[in-house]
Amino acid sequence: MTDLGYDAAHMLGAVVLLMSFALLYQRRLFSLLHVFTMQALALAATAAWQAFSHDEPHLYITALLTLVLKAVVIPVALHRIILKMNIQRTIEPALGIGLTMVAGVSLVTLSILLVLPVTEDATALTRENLALSLSVVLLGLLMMISRRNAVSQVVGFMSIENGLILAAVGVAGMPLVVEMSIAFSVMVAFIIFGIFLFHIRERFDTLDMQKIESFRGESD
Amino acid sequence: MGAITVIVATPLLSAVILALVPDYRLAAKLNILFSAITLLAAFVQFGLEPSSGSLFVVDAFNIYLIALTAFVGLTTSVFSAGYIGHEVAIRRLDAGKLRFYHAMYQAFMFTMLLALSANNLGVMWVAVEGATLTTVLMVSLYRTAASIEAAWKYFILCGVGIALALFGTILMYLAAQPVMGPGMAAMTWTELMVHVAKVNPAILNLAFVFLLVGYGTKVGLAPLHAWLPDAHAEGPTPISAVLSGLLLNVALYAVLRFKMLLAANGAAIAPGPLMVAMGLASLLLAGLMLYRRRDIKRFFAYSSIEHMGIITFAFGMGGPLANFAGLLHMAMHSLTKSAIFYAVGHAVQVKGTQRMEKIAGLTVSHPVLGWGLLVGVVAIAGLPPFGIFMSEFLLVTSTFAREPLLAVPLAIGILVAFGALVLRVQQVCFGAPLGGAGGNAPIQGSLVPLFAHLALVLVAGLWLPGPLVAWFQTVAALLG
Repeated sequence: MTDLGYDAAHMLGAVVLLMSFALLYQRRLFSLLHVFTMQALALAATAAWQAFSHDEPHLYITALLTLVLKAVVIPVALHRIILKMNIQRTIEPALGIGLTMVAGVSLVTLSILLVLPVTEDATALTRENLALSLSVVLLGLLMMISRRNAVSQVVGFMSIENGLILAAVGVAGMPLVVEMSIAFSVMVAFIIFGIFLFHIRERFDTLDMQKIESFRGESD
Repeated sequence: MGAITVIVATPLLSAVILALVPDYRLAAKLNILFSAITLLAAFVQFGLEPSSGSLFVVDAFNIYLIALTAFVGLTTSVFSAGYIGHEVAIRRLDAGKLRFYHAMYQAFMFTMLLALSANNLGVMWVAVEGATLTTVLMVSLYRTAASIEAAWKYFILCGVGIALALFGTILMYLAAQPVMGPGMAAMTWTELMVHVAKVNPAILNLAFVFLLVGYGTKVGLAPLHAWLPDAHAEGPTPISAVLSGLLLNVALYAVLRFKMLLAANGAAIAPGPLMVAMGLASLLLAGLMLYRRRDIKRFFAYSSIEHMGIITFAFGMGGPLANFAGLLHMAMHSLTKSAIFYAVGHAVQVKGTQRMEKIAGLTVSHPVLGWGLLVGVVAIAGLPPFGIFMSEFLLVTSTFAREPLLAVPLAIGILVAFGALVLRVQQVCFGAPLGGAGGNAPIQGSLVPLFAHLALVLVAGLWLPGPLVAWFQTVAALLG
């Protein structure tokens, strides 16, 4: 394992995390999609680099899937949905940007403190990759909590998924990575394209989750 | 390996076949037939020796859940055939939706049985994820505002739960990989059980926390239970029955498999206290929430949270007695709660409402159904002579003997829930029946599934056969 291999993998992982931070403060839906596309590109590059440097050809499939689905198909489809439903204007984060950033940095610190001490016998690359991916997962959770809009919640969910794939490709020789990423993509695809956005749109005329959540099913 | 392949393959093939059958009456009959074949294969497998291969594992622990799942799957398909007849008559469902519904029903059974029998952490995860997907689609079947909100909430919460469980699974592989080498072995249950003693306990601990929270979301443990009442209340009632009766058990099964790994490791943290805390929190919270419910399906959904809390508490306590109680309670709750949902499904259809105050006087207007529901509620409340009384009694007494301080909140929780059940069942079953919008229509479909379940729960409460007791004890010992 050369130093170059380690550095490149480390840098690509860090770019994925950086994009998670960028996702947190995007106010517009379109820029949210653009940042998500960049994150997917960085993730595809990470997977491809791992496939090359560790000689694990099945990870090329993961890289290709990420590239095609997350960097092209899903952003294009969400783009069209947003245009079709005419909701492209703004989104308001539930937390202020400053507060969101502070929370994000604390989550990254938390995941580093959590992961590094328990993985002392793993390789340096695996440990740092795991810390990075846990941070991406936690930031995705934060995004899902702090957003009110259904589209940005789905983007938050997909960024959690990106964190998981980052973790899976970073662990040497993990089997079933491809199968699990396919299973996840199927779930996301079903939800996005098949049912939800269209029906939520039909029934509520808005994707604002706050309004939907007022339907309690029980009036008292 | 023959029978287990049939158990898993039958529902998968049936899902494909049912997707091609346009006539819903025929599809309902085929649904029953396919479920019966699955159950038959499960019984055959029950008689065979435990075995494990690269794909499936069958041991004393999961075969009982496989048989239970196949059984409840069959009775629910019988209930469902009558239920959908009425839903078509009142035009809540049409043929297209029912074609989708039947295919999804078998797809759901496939994911449940695959999750139970898979010998691989990754395959199990994919199966549980698939179960989430199929049930989300079925919860939103009515396409009402409330059902779409329920399905959305279910997807968001369980999607996050599933994601955390995957992170835990990756950590588990990371822990096992230095000892067992890269490749499939480090993700196989049977291999892991052999080698787990040498695995780094610190990573195991971290992995278990993610797995408990992740799969715990699907068990409906507090504070991640918010999806459960909505999903139960807004979907078709047969789905409520299989959600409560089967899905929660399967998610708990996943947690318990990982708990077995931790127990076999020795040096890892004891998973007990975490599970005891989450179980107690669910029990107490759900017990209190029961009092404010007005919707009958939501009411029994909270009761499911309460019971999953009791079961998680039992397994958290561990030891032969508490594990025995937990296993028995899992089976009894599954049978009783699905029976209650069958009764509730009929009651909601004949009265045309889910509001409890409007269902009043069920024993007067529909005596057989009313008394059936009453017996079911008596059973779920933990009164003798039913099976749940036995498991709760065993759990409370064994907890008093070992940890009196924990037994107090446990007993309080059970009593609080008991009070709510007695209060509400009076309202629903007795008093003068209201005419209401739906009037007092006759019951459609068969009441056989309801009484078959109740009879089993009664028999189990009066007399557990010796071999069954011995066999439950073996499993309880396995769980550590």
